[in-house]
Amino acid sequence: MKKVIFPALAALFFLAFAWLPDANEILKKVEQNLSSDNRVVESEMTIHSRRSSRTMTAKTYSSGYKKSFTEYLSPAREAGTKMLKLENQLWIYSPSTDRTIQISGHMLRQSVMGSDLSYEDMMDDRKLTDVYTAKVVGEETLDGRKAHVLELTAKVADVAYFKRKMWVDTERFVPLKEELFAKSGQLLKRITMSNVQRIQGRWFPMDMTYKDMLKQGAGTEFKVKKIQFNTSIPEYVFSKGALKQ
Amino acid sequence: MLAFKLAFKNIMGAGLRTFLNIAVLSFAFVIIIWHNGVIDGWNQQARKDTTEWEIGQGQVWHPDFDPLDFLSYQDAHAPLSEALQSEVATGSLTPILIAQASAFPQGRMQGVVLRGIDPQQKILKIPAHLLEREDIKTPALIGKRMAQSLKLEEGDPLLLRWRDKNGAFDAVEITIVGVFDANVPTIDGGQIWLPLQRLQDMTGLPGEATLLVADESFTPSELSPWVFRSQGYLLSDLNAIIQSKKGSGAVLYGLMLIIALLAIFDTQVLSIFRRQKEIGTYIALGMTRRQVVGIFTVEGSTYSILAVLLGALYGTPLLFWLAKTGWAMPAASTDMGISIADRIYPVYGAGLVFGTVALMVIAATMVSYLPARKIARLNPTDAIKGKIQ
Repeated sequence: MKKVIFPALAALFFLAFAWLPDANEILKKVEQNLSSDNRVVESEMTIHSRRSSRTMTAKTYSSGYKKSFTEYLSPAREAGTKMLKLENQLWIYSPSTDRTIQISGHMLRQSVMGSDLSYEDMMDDRKLTDVYTAKVVGEETLDGRKAHVLELTAKVADVAYFKRKMWVDTERFVPLKEELFAKSGQLLKRITMSNVQRIQGRWFPMDMTYKDMLKQGAGTEFKVKKIQFNTSIPEYVFSKGALKQ
Repeated sequence: MLAFKLAFKNIMGAGLRTFLNIAVLSFAFVIIIWHNGVIDGWNQQARKDTTEWEIGQGQVWHPDFDPLDFLSYQDAHAPLSEALQSEVATGSLTPILIAQASAFPQGRMQGVVLRGIDPQQKILKIPAHLLEREDIKTPALIGKRMAQSLKLEEGDPLLLRWRDKNGAFDAVEITIVGVFDANVPTIDGGQIWLPLQRLQDMTGLPGEATLLVADESFTPSELSPWVFRSQGYLLSDLNAIIQSKKGSGAVLYGLMLIIALLAIFDTQVLSIFRRQKEIGTYIALGMTRRQVVGIFTVEGSTYSILAVLLGALYGTPLLFWLAKTGWAMPAASTDMGISIADRIYPVYGAGLVFGTVALMVIAATMVSYLPARKIARLNPTDAIKGKIQ
């Protein structure tokens, strides 16, 4: 009897894994949707703190993962504030002081404009497939959409989040939810994506909510108002000179 | 001697005016001693507490470590050299590892500095032995100010998030096993003390330290690239603060002293004006002008001697009472970032008392001498007639 059961179980186990799609392929498809040579995004960020909420709008130009330039447009208090990221360096220009400061070291751990995003989160610019070993651990339904559940474990040491769990839409290959974990297994952040739209031939989540799970509050909502992929962005936009213009 | 007798007789004869001069001067005298006593008391207490709780008999720093630059903490750590390890083994040095982290008390995020300390160390007064808890994975010690700011008590858990040496986030719940009460804010505000080995494991820096605290048996030798910082160096900021406090205090009691001396000056000017016949008589009786100037100068300085005596009369019990009960510091002073006890006990050294007496006598003599110089220009015949010149 044992001779029959063990091979049968082994075959079943093999079939189950064979049936699960390749995680790296899924990640590649996700990156095809989300990444582009460059993009221009007009967005609205709403930060929900314990007592109140505030909304700010911004326009961001980015080239690949390495370069990005953001100008805050509203509210009046933040309007004119600009951020420039080049590789692993980040500068912020404040119009009220007419000063440009470089954010480095522990300052990178501060939150961006009081949101649930840290500057470090913005600096993370490597492809997931380069730094994580991914495996599909199941399939779930999120808001009526079927999703692969991917578990990503760091294969390099210098990565901010040792483990990630990602729910990827099985048809559109867009992440619908992501959870970021510490080495100890503690859940640190949760990102939920919604309002997935077809833009320039790719699926893109227009609404995202970032939640720092260690902090109180309802998190930070990030809404994409307008997005253009692979457009022409002048090179001077990604220079320190553009900060004071 | 004659000058003293005459001076004493004259100022006693002046009655209320003399008493007012002496009273104001004695008040300045007592205030100067009290103020400097408070500053000296603070200095002694702050140096003692800082030595016992934070700096020991000096520290050995990683070359990149700058306590005022948080950015330096990230890279300021290294394994201990063999020489340092042997000093640690003998107990003359104790290593401390410093790392940055975020704490999440009641869902709020607060930047903190983690300090790893050997639970068996004996150099610092920090009750590190409380960290020897096998039943708790990550025991932690905090100071009273930190406990108040995070609203934590002994036994409370606290979520910590930090990055290891590679930049990977990690998070764990620590347990507060003790709250210590120290007057040194640099080891308290924003600081969480963990067992050294646990922090080394958490940060992925086994055997590494940021600085080492020395006891009196440590002899600094060639430590390169580590740098020895002497007690004098580590206390230099405190010394600068004390000096600046002394300076600002000197302005206040200097004003008071000037008012008192101005009263003596006025009295002297008036005396010389009103007592011209007396001055003329002295000169007619054979006194030189110099001797007469001496009488008036001694008269002025006698005010200061009487002021010292009066000040001693009511100041001695008052100052001793203040030295016993201390001077309560306002609650906000604990957040100033410098070592201040809840109550400062003034210390009155012999140097302070005699120095202040000398200051009073010299200053009073000078302001008495200045108007008295006019006597040297008096015509004795006119003076004896009482003519105004």
